[in-house]
Amino acid sequence: MSALRATRLWKYFGEYPALRNLDLEVQPGTCLSLLGRNGAGKTTLLRLFAGLSDPSEGTVELFGKSSRDGEARRRIGLIGHGIAVYDELTAEENLLLFGRLYNLPDPHKSASEWLERTNLANVKDSPVREFSRGMRQRLAVARAFLHEPSLLLLDEPFTSLDDRAIALLQSLLKDALAGGATVVMSTHQLREAMELSTHVALLNRGKLAFNGARPAEMLADPAWLYRTHGEA
Amino acid sequence: MRFLQQTYTIAAKDLRSEFRTKESLNAAASFALVILLLFSFAVDPTGPMVREMSGGLLWIVFSFAGALILNRAFARELPNDCLDALISSPISPAALYLGKAIASFLLVLLIEVLCYPAFGLFYDINWTNNLPYLILVSLLGTWSMSVVGTMFSALTVNLRLRELMLPMLVYPTMIPALMAAMKLTTVLISGEPLSDNMIWLKLLIGFGIIFTALAVALVEYILVG
Repeated sequence: MSALRATRLWKYFGEYPALRNLDLEVQPGTCLSLLGRNGAGKTTLLRLFAGLSDPSEGTVELFGKSSRDGEARRRIGLIGHGIAVYDELTAEENLLLFGRLYNLPDPHKSASEWLERTNLANVKDSPVREFSRGMRQRLAVARAFLHEPSLLLLDEPFTSLDDRAIALLQSLLKDALAGGATVVMSTHQLREAMELSTHVALLNRGKLAFNGARPAEMLADPAWLYRTHGEA
Repeated sequence: MRFLQQTYTIAAKDLRSEFRTKESLNAAASFALVILLLFSFAVDPTGPMVREMSGGLLWIVFSFAGALILNRAFARELPNDCLDALISSPISPAALYLGKAIASFLLVLLIEVLCYPAFGLFYDINWTNNLPYLILVSLLGTWSMSVVGTMFSALTVNLRLRELMLPMLVYPTMIPALMAAMKLTTVLISGEPLSDNMIWLKLLIGFGIIFTALAVALVEYILVG
């Protein structure tokens, strides 16, 4: 069973088709990088995968179930454009909140573990509004990984991260992949993404221009795919 | 059980956030008290007219002050894109909605608890003649306001003019419940028996049930569709 399957997917914003008849299948344990210029449809596609929006036509299945199915959503870890934590709550309260929403057996234990792993244990009782940008980003990573998701959906995860947060995220993603998780990420930061990616998909104006195993050429020259399959 | 736990988690989170920031509570409480005070200068507080318009005045204050609280129900999820994290989590959309409606309900009730004594003081009225029934009417009216307001808060959350749109949508929809709550409050503060006005009480109960069911059924479509 595939971790993620999109079939004949269309998404319209008014009259404009942001995604056009897109078919995509992601196998468990793989890391797919969604590439494409701004406006190519990467974020729209990730939002459909995360169940944040319904497709205009076509279907999205996560582990054989609809993306709006509660059990399928339990397996998603999402890092979007925002950090998705509450400024007025403390770091620990934020993680406890999501631990309870994901029905974790011991939310306190999980929260403590992830605060340790993200080096935030010493500020666990401070409100997030007092955090530096890097600390907020690490908390966002802890929130996304808290329930040990089997499908990680990451929208530009390396954008505006500091070096420490990039290293942390890459290490966590490697661990997750080694543990059998599936990762789908949209990114413009090809060098960081190519270290992890087993597959790449290139979107061009809502259509798939390329989908397959990561070409070997991309390790030495990350922009190779754009030149051979992308817009001129 | 899981549904109730999710509802409680969301309600507790919203209440904690609000009590930390007091963003809407301070605005709603000051607004309500100022309107009650200003209106007391416009009418003769000792005249008979005050009793006749008591329900109308109180519920206009509750609904205007309530709009400030209801506007925040879903808007508080916008900073940092927290709504995306909630929608992609396994929480039932109905539990998310009900948790927010309960938090808004309790916050609006808190404003009402401040307003009744202030009303008694400014207008020299004994408002406790039928206190248990007055509490019942306040609970039912506030719940109706909260379910409608929270539903429209979800609907308008991504609009730039949501502060303007919410009252424009909520008040017309609320007219039957507001009429019933105003009438019943006037009757109860005047010391008249409730038994002659049961039709208004039934209307208030029916409104609350219908709109709660409607909102619970539609909330996933509103948030995701």
